Amino acid sequence: MALSGVEIFKLLPKTNCKKCGHPTCLAFAMKLAQRQASLDSCPDVSEEAKKILGEASAPPVRPITFGAGDKAVKMGEETVLFRHDKKFVNPCAFAIEVKDTLSEAEVSGLCEQVVSSEIDRVGQKLRIDSIMITNASGDAAKLEAAAKIVAAKAPAVPVIINTENPQAAEAAIKLFADKRPVLYGANASNAEAMAAIAKNNKAILGVVANGLEELSALTEKVKGLGVEDMVIDSGARKAKDIIEHNTLIRRAAVKKNFKPLGYPVINFMQREDSLHEMLLAGVGITKYASIIVLSSIEKWKNLVLFTLRQNIYTDPQVPMQVEQKIYNIGEPKPESPFLITTNFSLTYFIVSGEIENSKVPCRLAVMDCEGLSVLTAWAAGKFTASKIAQFITESGIEKEIATKELILPGYVAILSGSIEDKLPGWKVTVGPREANALPAFLKTRTA
Amino acid sequence: MAFTPTKETYAGKVYAVTIGTGDRAVTFGGENVLPFHSFEGTTPNRPLIAFEIQDVPPSDWPENAQKAFEGVSDDPVKWAKYCQDELKARAIALRLVGTHPDRENRSPEDAVKTVKDVLAAVSIPVIILGSNHAEKDTSILVAVAEAAKDRNCIIGKAQEANYKTIAAAAMANNHKLIAMSELDINLSKQLNILITQMGFDKERVITDPMCSALGYGLEYTYSVMERIRLAALTQNDVTMQQPLLGDVGMYVWKVKETTASEADLPQWGSAEERGIAWEAETATALLISGAELLIMRHPKAVAAVEKIIEELI
Ligand code: B12
Ligand code: SF4
Repeated sequence: MALSGVEIFKLLPKTNCKKCGHPTCLAFAMKLAQRQASLDSCPDVSEEAKKILGEASAPPVRPITFGAGDKAVKMGEETVLFRHDKKFVNPCAFAIEVKDTLSEAEVSGLCEQVVSSEIDRVGQKLRIDSIMITNASGDAAKLEAAAKIVAAKAPAVPVIINTENPQAAEAAIKLFADKRPVLYGANASNAEAMAAIAKNNKAILGVVANGLEELSALTEKVKGLGVEDMVIDSGARKAKDIIEHNTLIRRAAVKKNFKPLGYPVINFMQREDSLHEMLLAGVGITKYASIIVLSSIEKWKNLVLFTLRQNIYTDPQVPMQVEQKIYNIGEPKPESPFLITTNFSLTYFIVSGEIENSKVPCRLAVMDCEGLSVLTAWAAGKFTASKIAQFITESGIEKEIATKELILPGYVAILSGSIEDKLPGWKVTVGPREANALPAFLKTRTA
Repeated sequence: MAFTPTKETYAGKVYAVTIGTGDRAVTFGGENVLPFHSFEGTTPNRPLIAFEIQDVPPSDWPENAQKAFEGVSDDPVKWAKYCQDELKARAIALRLVGTHPDRENRSPEDAVKTVKDVLAAVSIPVIILGSNHAEKDTSILVAVAEAAKDRNCIIGKAQEANYKTIAAAAMANNHKLIAMSELDINLSKQLNILITQMGFDKERVITDPMCSALGYGLEYTYSVMERIRLAALTQNDVTMQQPLLGDVGMYVWKVKETTASEADLPQWGSAEERGIAWEAETATALLISGAELLIMRHPKAVAAVEKIIEELI
């Protein structure tokens, strides 16, 4: 929570000169507290007040961009504890740990897995975001060698260098100059050296402590050394402790505007048992992690984690939607099948995906139903016979197609008669209920 | 700036519900904190996972879920005993899906026989579910509630359209009751009120806010559960303090990610692991948002969820 109106008022010039456009300094302070005014409007505010107010009005979790270019990841900026209050802002990043004790071939192999991890789901491109290079050998030269392979094989992927040894850090981090890497491993004993390296290389500093009290003291210290961008690790490794620490960190930031913990959180989730690791990562996704470090990235596991992250980070008020229009899939001819569905992204991408699988060129009419699924839209009175008929008529599709036949989702078979009544000259065919039956359905029709 | 943790004290608490009889009876719910927040309150009971079995062979389940019960799933009694004895299930959920008019359309008498046979074969608690056909469920659930009298089962699901008859049957035969509404906190609250207005004890109700699978609306169930839990704990709302059910298996084992083969979708990896992972992750997300009772299918998914619970508790 930011400062209250009265607290802000105390910092203003209190001259009531009205230059800010408000009748009194107090009125202006109230607007500032509600974030409905900007401090810039007052020309007379002191530098000191600016500094205090600027800090107080910054987002409770510091915004940080990790990596550079297309694959950069935004972190932080969160404002709530529960997603129903307001959208969670920046989806957590997944990082795979690559140890410098691995062979050259193994490191390259993992880099390739990361680079090819991208999957398209409901119109979003999802991937393993980052590689953590760990100095497991304890040998600075080995860390640098592994980092070189990563820099060459996965050049665009944001990197975390994991070492507590400043010498090793220095050599490895240089390979990622201007790429906004994370340098992880600043603790109470090496903070000065690590902070200096992070500063010189414009890296984000990962700080690790034992518990939240130590962590708060450490981030303060690091900030005093001139490093503003940090990711924080309380040392929690067990699921129970991760929930506790991540929750207390987010609460401190959001409810108390407690700056020493107002940073993105990094959680280490590596486990022998990959399925267990996945469930633990699920705890991190739902409970406030910004970077989740994994030990393996099997395809099935990635798909689960990407999907959960996508679910948790969607806007709870506005379902993901696609534009209302008639989409051509393949290169439809006048006699190609013509189908209809709603504009809920999930529905559209499932249905269009299955039509693509069928290899039968089609036209798919996507009707605006405020982003609701077929049955939900039907139950909400947005996917009704008259609305469908109106949409089809106004679309002008009649001129483009040879047979006036409309294929309806199986779940709303009940609408077929009344659509025919409202669309003279049209035939309505009921398609299968589930989209995965579409390929067989479309193929038998054209056969 | 010294750090002081912001701890919450909650006004309300989730009812503890005990099902089954004798030394195999189990209790779930009872906590006075958000899920797994043991740092600021108490969680006396761990969440309960019930293995789903059904009255007819699971020919409608995808192959990877069917395979786990090969050789036992042709008979509900064998299937139930296998869950109890081999899989060490703490509870089972018997779904009478064969009574659905579009399926085998089995009669209440058939259902009663299945329920009696299963209850005679196992000593762990049993959840008895209809086929989700609001009308048919009334006749089926009334008959089986009576057949299971005094075994302290959970009967379900009562919905807005049929709750009166089903709640009356559960009440007359000393069972607990699942109240299911459609993904809306107000509908859920309203149904709980209607049921308790009939004289049904509010502490014998389990709320099913309706499940959805990972990738297919999970975020809706997740947030409805989270909001129900917050209302129960922070506002001490007695109509929201019933334990929450996640009927996971049935929603998970029909989506493409649990059914498509690796040959068709090589980019999705191993089909078997994918299905198990899909069920386990859906279940875990619901535990974190508030579920105390889960109904699941795949033994490996159940084992994985038990293992993460162990680490969370
Ligand atoms: C998530 C959800 C919601 C979300 C909305 C999500 C959204 N963006 O649509 C919320 C919580 C808002 C919601 C609200 C309601 N919901 Co709702 N909801 C669901 C739920 C759980 C999942 C829906 C979903 O996302 N499905 C996935 C998409 C991809 O499915 P789909 O669009 O149908 O597409 C599939 C097929 O139809 C087919 N297909 C699609 N297009 C086409 C086209 C062709 C040509 C073909 C052949 C096939 C095809 O392919 C897809 C995959 O197989 C379902 C129950 C369930 N588990 O299915 C209930 C459900 C749809 N809701 C229902 C109801 C009643 C409602 C409400 C009226 C209740 C209420 N709470 O007030 C409201 C109405 C909304 C409103 N604004 O008034 C009922 C509908 C009952 C019925 N049979 O009509 C359902 C079935 C639940 C139930 N069992 O009662 N809901
Ligand atoms: S411009 Fe500044 S000093 Fe003048 S009234 Fe507004 S807040 Fe007060």
